[in-house]
Order: sequence, then structure tokens, then C-alpha cells
Amino acid sequence: MTAQLDAAARSLVFEYLLRLGDDRLVLGHRLSEWCGHAPILEEDIALANIALDLIGHANLLLTLAGATEGKGRDADALAYFREAVEYRNALLVELPKGDFAVTIVRQFFFSVFALHQWSALQGSAQADLAGIAAKALKETKYHVRHTAGWMLKLGDGTPESHARAQRAVDDLWRYTGELFLADDVDRAVSEQRLGVDPSQLAESWRAHVLDVLERATLTVPESAWMQRGGREGRHTEHLGHLLAEMQIVARSFPGASW
Amino acid sequence: MKAALLSRDDILRVLDEVMDPEVPVLSVVELGIVRDVVVQGQGVTVVITPTYSGCPAMRVIEEDIVAALAARGIDPVRIQTVYAPAWTTDWLGEGAKRKLEAYGIAPPGPVSSDHVVSITRRAAPARPRCPYCQSSDTEVRSEFGSTACKSICFCNACQQPFEQFKEI
Repeated sequence: MTAQLDAAARSLVFEYLLRLGDDRLVLGHRLSEWCGHAPILEEDIALANIALDLIGHANLLLTLAGATEGKGRDADALAYFREAVEYRNALLVELPKGDFAVTIVRQFFFSVFALHQWSALQGSAQADLAGIAAKALKETKYHVRHTAGWMLKLGDGTPESHARAQRAVDDLWRYTGELFLADDVDRAVSEQRLGVDPSQLAESWRAHVLDVLERATLTVPESAWMQRGGREGRHTEHLGHLLAEMQIVARSFPGASW
Repeated sequence: MKAALLSRDDILRVLDEVMDPEVPVLSVVELGIVRDVVVQGQGVTVVITPTYSGCPAMRVIEEDIVAALAARGIDPVRIQTVYAPAWTTDWLGEGAKRKLEAYGIAPPGPVSSDHVVSITRRAAPARPRCPYCQSSDTEVRSEFGSTACKSICFCNACQQPFEQFKEI
């Protein structure tokens, strides 16, 4: 399939796959920061498992992106040797992990987004991407169930857990709009049935998230203003720090294997 | 030994002795990781599919497959990874499930085709049978365990923690 795309289509699909892959890579790395630090052992294991799934998805997506680009870059080249301005992840996933409530609320928002995105991508005309989507969807269902369960426990829990969960929703909500912004790349891959226009996922995401928030006695801010920039490479200061930590070994010892 | 003497079935029998590094009672064939074997002259292509996207054992499994076939004089061995159809625990046969239980890991139940993700305060209501005392008075403590493919459970009857190979 990839070989049949002309140069212009290749470039579009490459850009689209970077967005998908970078969201997972950055969030997976962020989540892995909890390894050894989560409030209880079972949760430590769960967060590390989810991080591993996300990095696995990123590996598949960036491998496919590199093959689509056709310049010999593999997943490692794309992960370790791009600068922050070349990353295409949404700002939501690069924010610091915060307290446990921030981590869970962010993970819940993203997991529901990923659930609907993977579900739609199963129908991609790019056979490799459709295969990855069908596989990742199964794993993502576990992520949604786990994080949604925590949303109920934190939101409808103690006054302290409720306050922290509500504060996390208030702080993170403005970063959710970017997930559904569509530009020419999204519209083009959608028209060719290779990818999915993210704006078409907004309604189902919102219904799914609001249902859980309501049951968790949590509310969303009234302000409709949304932050943006990540898809164009305009990131917060936090991404640079994350990449410095993630890329240091590969850049210090290029070509090293272990 | 002449590699050409090994048929596809012979090779599958060799691969049935390559055990999963994390669950060493099941072979990569029983787990459904090996999807196909194509014999081409002296060489062989083994088509595999990963269990979980991020499973760190996959690299070891590939190396073990190559080593097992190389030991039979087969060269070259090519590994081809495919993602569709996505791996599912429904591919585990009854024999594989019995081996898992005997090893102390509760086998997976049937995969629900339900797309809706049910949400409860506690983890999944499914109650795996305790592999030690066979009681059904058990609970899932966490759907994420020591490896991507297992959940953490507890048996109220014999008061033992145990793992389940989770449905996916």
C-alpha cells in the first residue's frame, strides 16, 4: 500500500503518522515517570503497563512513518534524533505528570480519545495502519476502563480526592480542544480514507467523557478557550526537558546497541 | 542435516518446542504467535504476530525461533511480523488453557466482542477460577500485572494471590 502512494500523499501520511506516534511516545514517556513512585504497588504496575502499551503503539506508528517517508529513518531515528520543534504531539500529553489526579485525568481524556480514534482507524485504506489500529484498540479498552474507574473513585471519593480531581479537570480541559483540530493534512488523509479527521471524533469523545465526569460528580469549565500549537511544533517548555532526558543516551552514544 | 528435508509440519513441530520466555509452559505455536511458516529452498520465513504492542518478550521470542531452527541446520531464517488479524487469547486451545492452569495461571475466558467499555469502580466483574484450589470465590485486584498479558487476582477461599492470563 505504502509503495503505491505518490510523493505528495507520502508526505501527508508521514506527517499524519508523526502526530499519532508522537502523542503516544510523549505520553508513554511521561507516564513511565511514575514507575517506582505510584501511590500503591498495583497502580505502579498498571501505569507502567499502560506506558509500555503506549510506547509499543508509538514504535509501530513511527516505524510505519519512517517507511512511508522512505528516507531510511526507523522509529529510533524519529524518536531520538528530532528536536522539540519537529515533534507533532498535542500539548496535553507533554505537560508534567503533576499529582496522581492530574495523571489520571489526563490519561482518561487521552484514552477515550485514542479509543475513538483507533476504532475509526480500523477502516483505514492503509492496511498496516488498519492492522495496528485493530490491535491497539483492544489494549486501549483496558486503559479506558482503568482510568475511568479511577475518575469515579477520585471524583466521587473523599473531599480531598474530589478537589484534586476537579482542579485537574479545570487545568487540563483547555488542552483537550487541540486533539480535535483538523488542518489540511487531516482533511487530505481523511478524504483518501487513509486517516481520520480528528474533528469528527469530538462529539463522541465529549459524550463519553461527560458521562463519566457526571457520574464522578465532576464538572467541566465554562470557558471555551482552548490552547493549541503542538501539531505545528510550537510546544510548551516542558517538552524540551522531557526530550533531553529521553534522548540523552542515544545522542551521547550514537549507534550504540545493548 | 539437509534443511530441505524439513517440511512445514516438521518446522512447526520444532517451533512447538520454543517456549514463551514469560510463560514457559506454552510454546509460541500454542500461543498463536506463529501465524505461518513458508519454506523457500534451504531457508524458511516464519510469520509471527505480537501478543501486545509493547511486549518486551517479542525480541527474545524472535531470537529463540531463529536459534531453534538454526540448530536444525536451517539457514536463513527470516522473521516476518504481521499485525492483522490482531492477536487474541481466543486462539489458545483447551490444551493450552489446561497447561496454564496447571502452571498456576488462571486461563483467559472468552473475549467479549462488546465494543462498549463498561465502567465500574472495581475492576472487571469476571471471576476467574483459582488455579490452586479451583474456587470461584475470587476477585480481580488489578487488570494490569507482572506482564502485559496478566492480571492480578486474589482467592478468598485459599487466601492466595494468583495471576490470570487476561482476555484480549
